[in-house]
Amino acid sequence: MSTLAVHDHGASVHDHDHEHHHHDTFITKYVFSQDHKMIAKQFLITGITMAVIAMLLSILFRIQLAYPDKTFPLLETLLGRFAPGGRLDPEFYLSLVTIHGTIMVFFVLTAGLSGTFSNLLIPLQVGSRDMASPFVNMLSYWFFFLASVIMLSSFFIQKGPAGPGWTIYPPLSALPKAMKGSELGMTLWLISMVCFIASSLMGGINYVSTVLNMRTKGMDLWKMPLTVWAFFLTAILGILSFPVLVAGVVLLIFDRSFGTSFYLSDIVLNGKLLPYSGGSPILFQHLFWFLGHPEVYIVIMPAMGISSEVIAVNSRKPIFGYHAMVYSLIGITTLSFIVWGHHMFVTGMNPFLGGVFMITTLIIAVPSAVKTFNWIATMWRGNIRFTPAMLFAIGLVSFFISGGLTGIFLGNSALDINLHDTYFVVAHFHLVMGSAAIFGMLAGVYHWFPKLFAGRLMDEKLGYLHFWITFICAYLVFFPMHFMGLDGVPRRYYAMTAFPAFNHWLSVNTFITWAAIVAALAQVAFLYNFFHSIFFGKRPTQNPWNATTLEWTAPIEHIHGNWPGEIPTVYRWPYDYSKPGHDADFIPQTTPYSETMTSNLPHDFEDNPAGLEQYNTWVKANKPGEEVK
Amino acid sequence: MGFRRLIDSKKILSLFAAFTLLGTNTLMAQTAAAGTDAPVDKGAMWLGVGYYVLLFLLVCVIVAVVGKILKIYDLTLKMQGKKGIQWNNIIGVFCIVFLVAGLYGAYWSFTEQGTQILPESASAHGGKIDMMFWVTTAITMVVFLITQVLLFGFAFKYRGSDKRKGYYYPHNNTIEKIWTIIPAIVLTILVVFGFFTWREVTNTKEVKGDINIEITGHQFAWELRYPGKDGKLGSSDYQLYYTATNMLAVSPKDRNSYDDLKADTLVLPVNKSIRLNIHAQDVIHSVYLPHFRVQMNAVPGLPTFFKFTPTITTADMRNRLDDPNFNYLLYCNKICGGGHYNMQKVVMVVTEAEYQEWLAHQKPYVNDQLKKEWQLAYGSQVKELTGKRVALNN
Repeated sequence: MSTLAVHDHGASVHDHDHEHHHHDTFITKYVFSQDHKMIAKQFLITGITMAVIAMLLSILFRIQLAYPDKTFPLLETLLGRFAPGGRLDPEFYLSLVTIHGTIMVFFVLTAGLSGTFSNLLIPLQVGSRDMASPFVNMLSYWFFFLASVIMLSSFFIQKGPAGPGWTIYPPLSALPKAMKGSELGMTLWLISMVCFIASSLMGGINYVSTVLNMRTKGMDLWKMPLTVWAFFLTAILGILSFPVLVAGVVLLIFDRSFGTSFYLSDIVLNGKLLPYSGGSPILFQHLFWFLGHPEVYIVIMPAMGISSEVIAVNSRKPIFGYHAMVYSLIGITTLSFIVWGHHMFVTGMNPFLGGVFMITTLIIAVPSAVKTFNWIATMWRGNIRFTPAMLFAIGLVSFFISGGLTGIFLGNSALDINLHDTYFVVAHFHLVMGSAAIFGMLAGVYHWFPKLFAGRLMDEKLGYLHFWITFICAYLVFFPMHFMGLDGVPRRYYAMTAFPAFNHWLSVNTFITWAAIVAALAQVAFLYNFFHSIFFGKRPTQNPWNATTLEWTAPIEHIHGNWPGEIPTVYRWPYDYSKPGHDADFIPQTTPYSETMTSNLPHDFEDNPAGLEQYNTWVKANKPGEEVK
Repeated sequence: MGFRRLIDSKKILSLFAAFTLLGTNTLMAQTAAAGTDAPVDKGAMWLGVGYYVLLFLLVCVIVAVVGKILKIYDLTLKMQGKKGIQWNNIIGVFCIVFLVAGLYGAYWSFTEQGTQILPESASAHGGKIDMMFWVTTAITMVVFLITQVLLFGFAFKYRGSDKRKGYYYPHNNTIEKIWTIIPAIVLTILVVFGFFTWREVTNTKEVKGDINIEITGHQFAWELRYPGKDGKLGSSDYQLYYTATNMLAVSPKDRNSYDDLKADTLVLPVNKSIRLNIHAQDVIHSVYLPHFRVQMNAVPGLPTFFKFTPTITTADMRNRLDDPNFNYLLYCNKICGGGHYNMQKVVMVVTEAEYQEWLAHQKPYVNDQLKKEWQLAYGSQVKELTGKRVALNN
């Protein structure tokens, strides 16, 4: 094991420059790096690669939906046996849908988003030299990379990738002969997910321990930026819910390969009686959704944290209701463990249980509403600077409103009877967690690009182009899907041609496909901007956005250990923007109150009697009669 | 500059030219009927891939040119001692244009696509679900409008300016309490409303006259079994499944089976309480009848059911829709394999008299072939069991 460059992760005094302890080779610096910033970059670039692949898969199946009666010889050239005669094979269509969903939910929005920004920002924003365990942190990336390779390798096997949907409900996923996508591809999916969950747990444990143990001097919990709060609570969610999925997956592997019957009973497949009895496929759904629903918040909470930060910085205002924002995150985290049953209203589970899950599900809308209103209130009377990051954060709030409101329909068990597994659901979750979380991720990339790629900025104009095309197209893609669902169009159908009743949606499907293609093309602007800016982007100042948080006090050039010498001490909360009495419109967290007497407010000295006394002395001298008791 | 060298490169340009020429018919989409005598829809013919690539490159060039013009304009302004392009103003205006266009788009979508939603409810409980849907829609629409208008309105109104400072306003407990309590109250109303409707829909009380119908899903079809004159469905035992004759694993040990009927179409008498007993043989399927607001999974090893009362006959619905070809359909709504998208069943809602007449013409499930199979399998035990009851149905 290489020598760790970090000697003391705490807030203790470092009089020496950390850099001189490094003897990094190319391999230890860029490949098996233990520096959280490099690991963040590795997560981001792998996540972007996976996102591009998932996007291309979605374009393939969207073409099938738009032109169900046409053949494309090019597809046969590209996909071979998966598109005989130039049309997608129906089972391969299901595989495309499955892998698109799996990659987007787990590999892009969980690992790509949380892995990138938790890694980059937790140590930098809490004032730590690295993660609690840099070696385990490195392993978390490499397990994620391994999981990605295994998942993608399933495209190169005879029967193709897994096809039972990203929720892999047994018996379809448990019986290798049930369909092509249930064979080796399904096994690879399960192995990949076990690696992925191992990665996720290693990352999560690091995030939690770093936040709890390695905050710099003065950084108490109520001085942490909302990003850190969001990453911290997300990590707790992951640590508590992913192991349940591992248990579910291991039992599924047993059913598939070792003849057990945890999820199987009374099965006749292709006219052959199978020797399973006593199991229940519904057990798997309980285990799956015990992770699956928190997973929705694992995906969206980091994006919420990022947008809170970006909105405050670019509105030049404190985030409105900081405490309420934290309590809402805690509320969402807690409630998200007891709502999973709303995915199972029509499985035949006890209707009383359905009623209970409906109540818990709809309650979770309250903290979500508080967050939305607080974001809007933060923009009220702000001095809004439209950086691309700010636009993507506004886009997130807009999607969160549109998609969140339709959750009220689906959380209501009686309404869910008619909407379950239709395009209404597809529209709902693609807006509320798909588009919103992707926008949060993009907001983060634009905002923290100078911290990711030492001292470079992305081009703003290309960012604007990227935002507006993507934002408009995302609505054009997903808004009409609500109506398709309300007409009873089921999701995951290979073609609607078998149903004359759905023929009138063909033109809408074609329109959606073209909007998706334009949205995909807009990502070329992002990819060009991203990779070009890594090498040729403008060089900003150390704190290009005039932000208050600790990461902008670290030097532009990356050093393992983040700060040469001492880690800065924190004195105030992270949202002192446009404080009356202060010349600049921001006061960094590292600025003591003794340096900002003209802008101090009485509540700044809560739990700080020495500070209050100092303040009163100053007031007595400068503004007699205005002392605070 | 690397990019300029790339554009100037003759090799690259030659490659593009060759690529475009390769965009021949082999890369084009064709109608599925191509190769037959069916006329080809020329209007829908696709152009070569090279055409689309060039089109994309053209758009990129236009974007780059516009970008350069803007940059030059910005520099010119700055050289004149002016401020340069005020992007905050431009984006602020974009936000308000998006808000207006977006709200109009949503309105248009509701008036165009919204007219095709929620096909008229044809079941007794469907009306209650629909009412709850419209109440929820009204509430959410109000919230949607208010929040989106505020979001983009604030983005426009408070767009950045060098002359202003943001308003330091970190919290206001009263406001925060208000927008916690109001959503909580509204959601409580929806919860109570939903809870009672849910309770009513999932009511399991046995009602005299319930018609029990068994529906079984397998890859990729639905099988139906109706009770005979005794009104009771015989039980089944999946372990008895051994031939295509006894696909539903009906048990010879239950006398109620002997007069059961098999059917190809799901025929339902209007205004009668129907209890669909739902089974699956291989993987999970889902019985989905959108017109009746009915959906329930078919799970192997876990029989489920859904009770509902159809209220509009197929003939009535055809008249209302002025569509003589209209049929209610039953879909499979749970991913079940390659044929999932085509797993449907026609549903006919008829009058009581028509139902009885239709029932009289259905064939018994336990037919001669099945009897022979049972006798081979169970010998005298089954002979004794099947005896007279089977004869009653013939």
